[in-house]
Amino acid sequence: MKIHEYQSKQTFAKYGVPIPKGRVAATASEAKEIAKELGGRVVVKSQVLVGGRGKAGGIKLAKSPEEAEELATQILGMEIKGLPVRKVLIDEAANIESEIYLGITNDRAARKPVMMVSAAGGVEIEEVARLTPEKIIKVHIDPIMGLQGYQTRDIAAGIDLDRKYWKEFAKIAQALWKAYVASDATLAEINPLVITKEGHLLAVDGKMLIDDNALFRHPDLAEMRDTDVEDKAETDARKYGLSYITLDGEIGCMVNGAGLAMTTMDIVKLFGGSPANFLDIGGGANAEKVTAAFRIILSDPNVKAVLINIFGGITRGDEVARGILTALDEVKTDVPMVVRLVGTNAEEGRQLLADADMITAETLVDAAKKAVAAAQKGA
Amino acid sequence: MSILANKDTRLLVQGITGKEGLFHTQQMAAYGTNVVAGVTPGKGGEWVLDGKVPVFDSVKIAAEATGANATVIFVPARFAADAMFEAADAGIPLIVCITEGIPVQDMMRVRNYIDRKDVRLIGPNCPGLLTPGEAKVGIIPGDIAIPGNVGAVSRSGTLTYEVLYALKQKGLGASTCVGIGGDPINGTSFVDVLAMFEDDPQTDKVVLLGEIGGTDEEQAAEFIATKMTKPVAAFIAGQTAPPGKRMGHAGAIIQSGAGTAADKIKALEAAGVRVAKHPEELPDLLG
Repeated sequence: MKIHEYQSKQTFAKYGVPIPKGRVAATASEAKEIAKELGGRVVVKSQVLVGGRGKAGGIKLAKSPEEAEELATQILGMEIKGLPVRKVLIDEAANIESEIYLGITNDRAARKPVMMVSAAGGVEIEEVARLTPEKIIKVHIDPIMGLQGYQTRDIAAGIDLDRKYWKEFAKIAQALWKAYVASDATLAEINPLVITKEGHLLAVDGKMLIDDNALFRHPDLAEMRDTDVEDKAETDARKYGLSYITLDGEIGCMVNGAGLAMTTMDIVKLFGGSPANFLDIGGGANAEKVTAAFRIILSDPNVKAVLINIFGGITRGDEVARGILTALDEVKTDVPMVVRLVGTNAEEGRQLLADADMITAETLVDAAKKAVAAAQKGA
Repeated sequence: MSILANKDTRLLVQGITGKEGLFHTQQMAAYGTNVVAGVTPGKGGEWVLDGKVPVFDSVKIAAEATGANATVIFVPARFAADAMFEAADAGIPLIVCITEGIPVQDMMRVRNYIDRKDVRLIGPNCPGLLTPGEAKVGIIPGDIAIPGNVGAVSRSGTLTYEVLYALKQKGLGASTCVGIGGDPINGTSFVDVLAMFEDDPQTDKVVLLGEIGGTDEEQAAEFIATKMTKPVAAFIAGQTAPPGKRMGHAGAIIQSGAGTAADKIKALEAAGVRVAKHPEELPDLLG
């Protein structure tokens, strides 16, 4: 889950990362008030969950509270990459001497968190990694022992940081690590970490991604979810414990198991169709889940056919069949349906569906071919 | 022979009195697996399966009392890390974690801890192990596979069932089927399992079922090219998956252009692996 810049920075600050004075505003007049409190020279920053806010004109410097108000009016009316700007962050402007990148993320291959630092701050790290990978210092952190002092010194030396900043840098690196662990983050990034003309380090921008699987122990962070960035159908699916992703094809897919759901999409493509979605109904799918899944799939106007592929194991074929019948009662549709049931109680399931107006298939390939044909006929 | 699980497996079930744990304990016992004990903290002294399997308060006590040499974990995600640490500290040499949805930082701590011990972890977020005709540790339906000489290793659940079933239809059986799980950080990699299959006299060929995300398949390709003599066939799920989206499994995501199905297929083919266009081709590719 992504959280906004101001939320990320406030989280960092809780663990000791210095951030600029500032507050978030939902109206231009609020923005003006905050700017006045901060002494006039402020940065007005759109709070939307996409990259490239600066380039899109969503981050501007104001020299007076009046200018802050004017810029906030502009920015609050904007859409950046399709997302409406609902809030702006008004931060005291920093006097920037130079900029550093400092981030922590999970290194899947090393099975450890990795701290990444570059003297080329202010630029997206992916860009630095592509152009000058040698400028990124990477240090793996033992998740049991935590970030060690010597590691922060190694990093500081690695980016040729002036020794007078080492202590301050080490403190910030430790604070960021604490924030990362305490929040169950999968990314905690300060970019840029600024060296000010006054000779201090300051986290001017911040970004955090939180592990969805850990939200149960962070109710405060879970509340920060911004559904603006999410597909409506995906948000809806999550409520029913379904894993759903919208794609742009015409064959709706309903499958049990993530690997098999991806495979079903792939086979549809292989035989000339195009999947409308990824959908895993999970294990032990009941009528309620199946009905919700149907409703979500059929809410996509591009869907010309639906392919149901269930490999019964723990999930029983007859239960799924009953779910399908209930769903068809509730969600009336003319969209052709292809069903393939295999495994536990599949025979009972097929008998239950015999009277329903459905196309049946024996194998995965057979099912995909029939779904593609049905979609073409309907188109 | 087979790998990891067999008729000598003395299985402990953590979370045995829960709905899932109890249901699958019945299934595993019915398959013929030797389930010797269960653990649910606070329910020590109870019995399940008509008084056949004793329940203990801790893994340590259960292991001492019954000589359990493997454990399967069915506890909810929030308690799963604790359950794995407990099993590792009790010295259980084989831990199979079925639980899905464990926080990734928990898994990093567990994995780094387990690496310091002489313990093997399979999973989490996996269907477990099946050695047809001998033992089932986890949730793979027993009747979809027959004993044979094909080793199967997979990141997915139902896709694995699909392939075992397709093999069975063609009269091909499995030596052992290993579900390594769909999480980004797990206990056992493709390479670990390939090495075991290479050394297992009962396994003559291997089927590998991968998916998008991470580089485990690329490392497997490297291992196959340099260390393996047995033939390998593979299928990679997620060729149509869009980048940046998590496809159900926490580990199934293409990040910054890395972890695509195309890259994995290319690496595997370069290593001499026959890569199927769809799972129903696999029995033919194994020959």
